[in-house]
Amino acid sequence: MAVESNQLGAPSERLLSRRRLEQFPWWLLIILSIILFMLVRIIVDPLYRSIFDTIQQGLVTTLSVTAIAFVFSLMFGLILGLGRVSTNPILRNLAITYIEFVRGVPILVLIFTISFALVPMIVRTIGLPNSAISLTTRAIIALVLIYGAYIAEIVRAGIESIGPGQMEAGRSLGMTRRQTMQYVILPQAVRNILPAIGNDLIALLKDSSLISVLGVREITQVSRLSVSTTFRYEETYFILTLFYLSMTLLLSLILQWIQHRVRVRG
Amino acid sequence: MNQPMILIEHVSKYFGNFRALDQVNLSVNAGEVLMIIGPSGSGKSTLLRCINHLEVPDAGRLVVDGILLDNNEAHINAVRAEVGMVFQRFELFPHLTVLENICLAQQKVRRRSRSESEAIGRALLEKVGIPEQAHKHPAQLSGGQQQRVAIARSLAMQPKIMLFDEPTSALDPEMIKEVLDVMLDLARDGMTMVVVSHEMGFARNAAHRVAFMDQGRIVEQGPPETIFVNPRHERTQLFLSRILH
Ligand SMILES: Nc1ncnc2c1ncn2[C@@H]1O[C@H](COP(=O)(O)OP(=O)(O)O)[C@@H](O)[C@H]1O
Ligand SMILES: [Mg+2]
Repeated sequence: MAVESNQLGAPSERLLSRRRLEQFPWWLLIILSIILFMLVRIIVDPLYRSIFDTIQQGLVTTLSVTAIAFVFSLMFGLILGLGRVSTNPILRNLAITYIEFVRGVPILVLIFTISFALVPMIVRTIGLPNSAISLTTRAIIALVLIYGAYIAEIVRAGIESIGPGQMEAGRSLGMTRRQTMQYVILPQAVRNILPAIGNDLIALLKDSSLISVLGVREITQVSRLSVSTTFRYEETYFILTLFYLSMTLLLSLILQWIQHRVRVRG
Repeated sequence: MNQPMILIEHVSKYFGNFRALDQVNLSVNAGEVLMIIGPSGSGKSTLLRCINHLEVPDAGRLVVDGILLDNNEAHINAVRAEVGMVFQRFELFPHLTVLENICLAQQKVRRRSRSESEAIGRALLEKVGIPEQAHKHPAQLSGGQQQRVAIARSLAMQPKIMLFDEPTSALDPEMIKEVLDVMLDLARDGMTMVVVSHEMGFARNAAHRVAFMDQGRIVEQGPPETIFVNPRHERTQLFLSRILH
């Protein structure tokens, strides 16, 4: 960091403190103040308190659906991304077809299509009753199928960010393409795509609200059910907003910390 | 048997409609040090990369250490195991330490144990003069040190042939000598080498033969003194007059 300096070479105290003021993350302070303000209301106001308790009942579902969908999206996305950069034209085209298909359709529509058309079709083909797969499971399947495609594109970009020279170095040492991918390209690619993967985790957490359309009782659905009897629109939706905002903020701080650690370890 | 280590017959290579290699014939004997010179874009790298099949020739025949390079994956891997390659930009693996760089392929390709590969790695680092850098990452090394690690990494596979593609042209001038010294040692040890470089010092001290390439062809070749002092072709003369000043 370059710091302006006066003629004697040492930066003046006034300049330094102005820099500090300019670089302070004011936005974070503002958001934290809003969260704090809402928390105080929840603590002192019994009505807010009871709505908070209601919404909270969906929290475990929101978090577990997000976590499970994320883990499987990563695995699916990695496989799909490797297919996307495969030298085999059949594999590559299959992967591209899938990815473009998913990216060309809104998430909400895909959630309906997968849950109410694709899964029932498969279940019927296998010969199971339609009730064999719960709506929560369908929601997770839908999110994995959708986010797998998004993550595949990130994986592809990550692999392509490693210059062809690394693959050539591996190959010229006698390693196979697979070995070079596994031991040389992917470890470097993973480091490059960590920020993008983190963004997708946050996006997935937010998009998990969409599965409320399936009636899965995560926090958005619980809120909708609650207002349909209490008619407390303002309080309910402000608190629901607070839930998402605190979770995404916390998550992005954690992700920044992880990225920082990865960078420090070199 | 007295067959050459590398035999290149009528090899052509196209990139689209552009002919990068035009009916190249070349043979390199065991223990020979061949230097390839020529203007940028003349096909030197492409020729070198054909030898270990990083580029696939469109026509012609390549035999390396008695193995015919067709599209048979087993043949390609067998050849790659015998041929080491050193790149202009080093291409070390940045996420691994120096020692891990040297050990990876030993363990994955040669199936050596960790301790055995590390012992070989340390001995090679000693040989190239940087035993104390074993646990650093490539980014912490100077360019000259990185290139020496890259050479050690190739040597760890115990290749019969070493290919060098402008190994010193990405280096600051004061680091060129330390890399050339390692290459001179290798040449004295009898390694078969194909070196793309314009380093005159190396040519005088180590090259047995110099080949001049232009527009995808080998225009002329011969002992270094002949090529540098009495080149027959006008294009060679023109090129040398440019690089020697
Ligand atoms: N992968 C490639 N795709 C298209 N053209 C290439 C490729 N590699 C090399 N070429 C072209 O082939 C010619 C020879 O390249 P190269 O062998 O790298 O030359 P040199 O190493 O002598 O500078 C150049 O004109 C270059 O632009
Ligand atoms: Mg070149």
